[in-house]
Amino acid sequence: MIKFENITKIYLSDTVALDCVSFQVKPKEFVSIVGKSGAGKTTLLKLLMAEEKPTEGKVFFDGTDVNSLKNNEVSFLRRKIGSVFQDYKLLPSKTTYENVAYALEVIGLPEEEISKEVLQVLEIVGLSDKVNNFPAQLSGGERQRAAIARALVHRPEVILADEPTGNLDPYHTSDIINLLLRINEMGTTVVLATHDKETINNLKKRVITLEKGKVIRDEEEGRFIL
Amino acid sequence: MLAAFKRIIKSGWQGFFRDGGLALATIFILAMTVFIIASFFFTKDIGRILISSLRDKVDISVYFKNGTSEEDILKAKEEILQVPEVKDVKYVSPDEALVNFIEKNRNDLVLMESLKEVGGNPFLASLNIKSQQASQYEAISVFLSKADFSDSVEKIDYFQRKSAIDKIFSVAGLVEKVSISLALILMIVAVLITFNTIRLTIYNQREEIKIQRLVGASNGFIQGPFIFEGFISGLAAALISLIIFTLICWIFASKASILLSDINIFQLFVKSFWSLLLVQLAAGIGLGVLSSMIAIRKYLKV
Repeated sequence: MIKFENITKIYLSDTVALDCVSFQVKPKEFVSIVGKSGAGKTTLLKLLMAEEKPTEGKVFFDGTDVNSLKNNEVSFLRRKIGSVFQDYKLLPSKTTYENVAYALEVIGLPEEEISKEVLQVLEIVGLSDKVNNFPAQLSGGERQRAAIARALVHRPEVILADEPTGNLDPYHTSDIINLLLRINEMGTTVVLATHDKETINNLKKRVITLEKGKVIRDEEEGRFIL
Repeated sequence: MLAAFKRIIKSGWQGFFRDGGLALATIFILAMTVFIIASFFFTKDIGRILISSLRDKVDISVYFKNGTSEEDILKAKEEILQVPEVKDVKYVSPDEALVNFIEKNRNDLVLMESLKEVGGNPFLASLNIKSQQASQYEAISVFLSKADFSDSVEKIDYFQRKSAIDKIFSVAGLVEKVSISLALILMIVAVLITFNTIRLTIYNQREEIKIQRLVGASNGFIQGPFIFEGFISGLAAALISLIIFTLICWIFASKASILLSDINIFQLFVKSFWSLLLVQLAAGIGLGVLSSMIAIRKYLKV
């Protein structure tokens, strides 16, 4: 489903972010990408979202070379992916409801359907009582749950979560990870990038370890060893 | 398609109100620019009328020798009227000239005293000639000096006034050119400031635009609300500018009439209302929409 083929990414300042990285992710898998800060985790996810272009190599999503897509085709790729970011990336001028609804509006779903889906998903993430709150009126955990709701609401094939628990306390961290696991159980592929050791060790799922831009370990039911 | 359009309008409307102060600042700057542009068009009209009325005031007077009969002068008048460059010829008899002089200088005691001193009527009969165009006076004066009746002509005042006439025209032309250039520069500055204000507003929202791209929104879907916001701002600015313009013309019309006796500013405003409205709407909406379109392009490359 997702395939990284000999990916090298060198930034302008000659910093090597990724060095000949290759791996595949199968449908319905739950894969964690771990590594220290600066190991290249975020770059990997950005390449898959076509936010960045690789210096060498190719990234495939559902058999399509992501980098061959034109600017206007990229939005169609992104609609198949749900993204969760460490800094939530919610639209500050929109309410929780509007933020989640936005992912369905871009697809062009009718209003009634959007309303039904959004309220349902907000209930799953436990934000039914914060529908009309703006992001600034939510706690960190609530913002991240809203972001997950947005990533989830259009039923994407895959969810990319980049350090989704980076700004959260342990209680909210397990909350978010459990949510991602439930989403995965419902059949959605999840790619989780994190440096949270405890989270990874409790997951008992596939772990790809990056160090200085290279894959140094790829194990089923892996652990955080660095 | 219709649903997407409705969503864009709704989102633009929401963005406009949630921006609050920033939207107001944009409207204010836009209104100022629209006002400057409209003023430019309006004062250009006033300037044109002023200059043409100034040109209208220029004429040539041919003074006839004492003793030339009125009949001869009227014959000369008919002859002059045959010249294609001549627009109008008016006969002023010595009596009329005297009455005009007294009328004009009634309050100047020294002049009145001198007139009394001279005794009788010192004025000569004359023909006032107006040409079709200011540049034709030279040709007319040449015709006059060679005409059949030139023997009975005492003097043609064109040659005495030539330098003054030329100066007036060259000053009027210069004033027109300088004021148009200044207004154009002012207009360009205002347009740049407006563009920059809108650019800053959008720069402020660059992160939101990026998020929208990452969530999978198409460029049109992201651009739409911003363009609509630009449209609303432009419309509001045009209306505000129109209200200010109307008030200024209304308030200053009576005061300006003392200075510019040939023009009634408010009447001129009413006459050119629709074209002014069109200029303001086009400037406001055009600037708002175009600035938004140009400013947002940069952030859609994510």
